[in-house]
Amino acid sequence: MIDRRLLTNIDWILAGLVVTICLLGILNIYSATTPYKIVGSPYYIKQLYWMLVGMFVALVACTIDYHLLEDFSYWLYGFLVLLLLAVLVVGRRSMGATRWLHLGFFNVQPSELMKIVIIVTFARFFSNYQSVGGLSIKDMFFPLGILIVPAVLIMKQPDLGTAVLVIMIAVSMMVYRGMRWTTIVSFTLVTIPMAWLGWSYFLRPYQKNRILDFIDPERSRLGSGYHIIQSKIAVGSGGLIGKGFVKGTQSQLRFLPEQHTDFAFSVFAEEWGFIGCLILILLYLSLVLWGLNIARRCNDLFGSLLALGITAMLFWHIVINMGMVIGLFPVVGVPLPFFSYGGTSMITSMVGIGLLQNISMRRFMF
Amino acid sequence: MKGQRFVREVLESKQRILAISFVVGAIFLLLMLRLWHLQILNAEDYRSMSENNRLRFVPVAASRGAIMDRSGKVLVSNRPSFSLAVIPQEVKDKDALIARLSKLLGLDESDLVDRWEKSKGRAKYYPIVLASNISRDQVEIIEGNRLRLPGVEIEMKPVREYSSKNLAAHLLGYIGEVSEDELTRKGFEDYNPGDYIGKNGVERSHETDLHGNDGGRQLEVDARGRVLRTLSETYPTVGNSLVLTIDSAVQKKAEQAFGDQAGAAVALDVNSGEVLAFVSNPAFDPALFSGKLPADTWKAYLGDKRHPLENKALTGQYPPGSTYKIITALAGLEEGVVNDHSSVVCTGSYEMGNSTFRCWNKHGHGTVSLRRSLKDSCDVYYYQLGEKLGVDRIAKMADRFRLGSALGIGLLNEKNGLIPTSEWKKKRFGKRWFAGETLPVAIGQGYVLMTPIQMASMIATVANEGTVYRPHLVKRIVDTDGKSLKEFGPEIIAKTNVSSANFRKVKQGLFDVVNAAGGTGANARLGDVKVAGKTGTSQVVKLSEDRKKSLPYQYKDHALFVAFAPYDKPEIAVAVVVEHGGGGGAAAAPIAARILRAYFDGKKPVSKASGRNKAETDDEEVDDPAKPNIPPANVKATND
Repeated sequence: MIDRRLLTNIDWILAGLVVTICLLGILNIYSATTPYKIVGSPYYIKQLYWMLVGMFVALVACTIDYHLLEDFSYWLYGFLVLLLLAVLVVGRRSMGATRWLHLGFFNVQPSELMKIVIIVTFARFFSNYQSVGGLSIKDMFFPLGILIVPAVLIMKQPDLGTAVLVIMIAVSMMVYRGMRWTTIVSFTLVTIPMAWLGWSYFLRPYQKNRILDFIDPERSRLGSGYHIIQSKIAVGSGGLIGKGFVKGTQSQLRFLPEQHTDFAFSVFAEEWGFIGCLILILLYLSLVLWGLNIARRCNDLFGSLLALGITAMLFWHIVINMGMVIGLFPVVGVPLPFFSYGGTSMITSMVGIGLLQNISMRRFMF
Repeated sequence: MKGQRFVREVLESKQRILAISFVVGAIFLLLMLRLWHLQILNAEDYRSMSENNRLRFVPVAASRGAIMDRSGKVLVSNRPSFSLAVIPQEVKDKDALIARLSKLLGLDESDLVDRWEKSKGRAKYYPIVLASNISRDQVEIIEGNRLRLPGVEIEMKPVREYSSKNLAAHLLGYIGEVSEDELTRKGFEDYNPGDYIGKNGVERSHETDLHGNDGGRQLEVDARGRVLRTLSETYPTVGNSLVLTIDSAVQKKAEQAFGDQAGAAVALDVNSGEVLAFVSNPAFDPALFSGKLPADTWKAYLGDKRHPLENKALTGQYPPGSTYKIITALAGLEEGVVNDHSSVVCTGSYEMGNSTFRCWNKHGHGTVSLRRSLKDSCDVYYYQLGEKLGVDRIAKMADRFRLGSALGIGLLNEKNGLIPTSEWKKKRFGKRWFAGETLPVAIGQGYVLMTPIQMASMIATVANEGTVYRPHLVKRIVDTDGKSLKEFGPEIIAKTNVSSANFRKVKQGLFDVVNAAGGTGANARLGDVKVAGKTGTSQVVKLSEDRKKSLPYQYKDHALFVAFAPYDKPEIAVAVVVEHGGGGGAAAAPIAARILRAYFDGKKPVSKASGRNKAETDDEEVDDPAKPNIPPANVKATND
């Protein structure tokens, strides 16, 4: 399946960045979960397993020529929309939201897979669509249709974080493909009433509360506003050099919510301080810029769009998660890729890395 | 190539990468500036906020559900107790505090340290229980020294109270602190060190029903421990209560009937499988296990050769002895090997190959029919029948009664017993079955083992002529208001498919055992109610009759008796095992008679009311000597 020439072209920078971030994440999970009562194997060990599983998945994703995805993209899209519908109908409730589909032997979260599939579908569409001088309003109808169906289904679950991410990824790809100024202006004009409609009809009370809490954390010091305050205290009290590994009082005394998953960065910031954060952010920045570089180097439009979509997916995860932890964005359940505890996020991100690797390795073949 | 179709677009897109990179860099720069703002510019403010950040958790323990007998009489309830707890974050000098506590209260220092260490890994604002069930005097000492004991709290927790002392101790079980081992197991995620949990009996098997959910308040406090606000509050939910199938009056009489003798008894409702009495004697005091068990009591329990901690009704496996002849007889009838006209001549022993198998009556029984074989418990009759049947056909009948595997009474560690087959021997020992080994099996010796529950189930199945019910201890689960949440009705686990005619033939024999002149079970006669039963004696060691008399306790035979009543319309079945008690007719049958007597007394409208009042008011109730369980004079003690 994989030929020798490809092996010599393995993108070691990409692989090295991802593995470094994963290992930092595991170290951090170790610290974040020391105050937990552990039943079964500890979280950091499980995360190590997820990382290995993820690397295997990435390996599989980079051995198969990504052009195959182009042929199957619409089928994949249709299948995923059906799965999302199935989740709404039969999915089991977990954490107050229906996100999982139980297939007996394993569970899938179709909204997570949708992130990858929307990238593939958009890459397919835009790489075969000629438009001179950027996308016009008329050119937008089809891709917007493709986007709105899954976005609404995911929001219905309700999973605001993922829905926002899917939209951000799609918008990023459209920007990359190029839009006319008229399109951008009318798009913005349409978005405002849409947002109002969404606020009135689609958002659940807890989602509205989170957004309001973000705007004014003092509004509910005990609810999600409490989480923002505690997270800011954790990050801020870390200072320049941090409190030291497993020495963060905010995390060890368990003031932080979800401190091994969504708020993992908060634990890291408390214990490693500004210097640690700077290193982690630079690692992520390098990863994103390298992803963009892969998109630039790729010689076919489909591959380039695919690379950009995946990079956008990682970028928005990073920005939304970190922004939430340091009080720049409202609390939405978005994990930090490779860093937060969790198998689903690890696998999805690794599939993305596998595809990036795939594109990077094959750049000389055309 | 597909990709090269729109070269212009490709180039256009790629030019945007640079612009996109700048945007990405700008957004990351924004994140870094925000971190600068939080971690460098405002670090001092946040640091002092984190140092003043104090939470406190005040747990409110849930009351465990009560356990009642079938009539609603409370057997286990709760009373308040005090425990000593400490909030780690408020303690500056841990060693000094422990030393002071141990001196003031007379508690063992290493014990306190142990418990503190065990609770590591929980948030520092959660109280750690250092000593449970402390006395009122100790509470007063703590209150008096409050200022010298920073971080020390007194918590009120409900503890178990057993209104009838040792009654049904093995069945009820006891509770104790959840162990470290349990805490790491699946299903115990919600438990914390210091929590109490059912350790065995129904306390264990219905742990989730009884436990309830602890509540508590999460408070935000300042550095000096003053409460600033309540962050969250959850109310405790009281555990649900159990209504057992046990009739405490019958249970009590049954336990009294054993006196000092070790043994077990199980009484079942013949038509539902409800367990009416479940005795393992001697018992222990379950209340002692909820606190710290005094070392000498523990030693005394372990040293007692009657094994008070063992649940003999559940885990005791005994050779069923002659009670097993019921199975052999039914196998013979169903297989057509015998009928009620065929007979055997007993000369006191039976020769097979070059071994001699002895009947318990060395003078022989003469000509014996099936009916008489049960009444006199003639061994020779069953040697011959066993030889004709072979071990597998006996096992087939035992299997139709669901013997040889646990019946699923719903308590932990129920034993399977053992019904030997030729295949089993092949597997277990790798040897074929010898015909000579079938003969002891036919009279319930050799490899055969049964638990008292299985014996009771066997005789109940004979009584109801073929339905094996699952024996069960819990009638229903009710909430605090007494509303029924779950009912446990009769559950049929097997049908024997033995013809009613054949059951009748055996039952006639069992009737004679108790009621005919010279029957081995005459001690079980009740007078007004007709009883049928079967005696049994299970050998612990093989010795001649003469030498047995002088044997030390642990080598004496077990005495067995299984019975049901009334004969015509059976309601209750009972199995009694008296460990090392000697002959079944002499030692076990009188106990069975007293259990049956208690049951039928409870049913009489007049004595029912008085009986219930008695049971509720006094514990020193004396057995009424006027009850007719007087053995006829001609029954000898070793008669079996």
